[in-house]
Amino acid sequence: MVHWTAEEKQLIASLWAKVNVEECGAEALARLLIVYPWTQRFFASFGNLSSPTAILGNPKVRAHGKKVLTSFGEAVKNLDNIKLTYAKLSELHCEKLHVDPENFRLLGDILIIVLASHFGRDFTPACQFAWQKLVGVVAHALARKYH
Amino acid sequence: MLTAEDKKLIQQVWEKVAGHQEDFGAEALERMFITYPQTKTYFPHFDLHHGSDQIRGHGKKVVNALGDAIKSLDNLSQALSELSNLHAYNLRVDPVNFKLLSQCLQVVLAVHLGKDYTPEVHSAFDKFLSAVAATLAEKYR
Repeated sequence: MVHWTAEEKQLIASLWAKVNVEECGAEALARLLIVYPWTQRFFASFGNLSSPTAILGNPKVRAHGKKVLTSFGEAVKNLDNIKLTYAKLSELHCEKLHVDPENFRLLGDILIIVLASHFGRDFTPACQFAWQKLVGVVAHALARKYH
Repeated sequence: MLTAEDKKLIQQVWEKVAGHQEDFGAEALERMFITYPQTKTYFPHFDLHHGSDQIRGHGKKVVNALGDAIKSLDNLSQALSELSNLHAYNLRVDPVNFKLLSQCLQVVLAVHLGKDYTPEVHSAFDKFLSAVAATLAEKYR
């Protein structure tokens, strides 16, 4: 099981309390689709993804980004039980959605950069470490039920 | 492949880095050592404390090398030829680490540029750093 120090838990909880889930979620998903355009293969039903402007303004991207980051909040609330928290979602991504787990890692790295740009100097190296660890654990949990 | 637009954005961002090479480079290295502790294995001879002269000196070197690469975006292989030899024949740093440093450099840019690290800039810079990493690794074998 992943071990979290008291400092890591505190760094994660205190930053999360300031995160605007709707804004950051939309931005992280939009940036994923812009920076790594091959990730668009999962979003054929989302309509216009033809340019950064189109992606940033696409209401389906915004709504789905919010949904994804809201779900990420479950990890923040269940730090000591992330594997179980995402067991069902992992099955869904494997069996129904057929998403290569590499995409979870890409989105995690993008989320870190979004947080860095939103929080500036408050996103300290210690904070980055805790969050990078968290996105890694979440990506691993989401990949765990693949078979 | 970097588009003309990518190149323009990279050069514009770099104007904002000017004057901060040492600070940004040291911060990126420090973030890398803290976030990915395994990267410290390549620096056993370094004083890794916050603000150490070695980290600052090396950070400046890294960022200046990127600056040189930005002056030669159409010919990265040539611009980075010496560094590419150094990594392939002397340092032999596993190429996976280039990605880790790239992530930390982007965090530094995002922290300091804030909203100016737009999705378009982010995309251009990520492509640029991947190209640099590929160039540094191209002589490995």
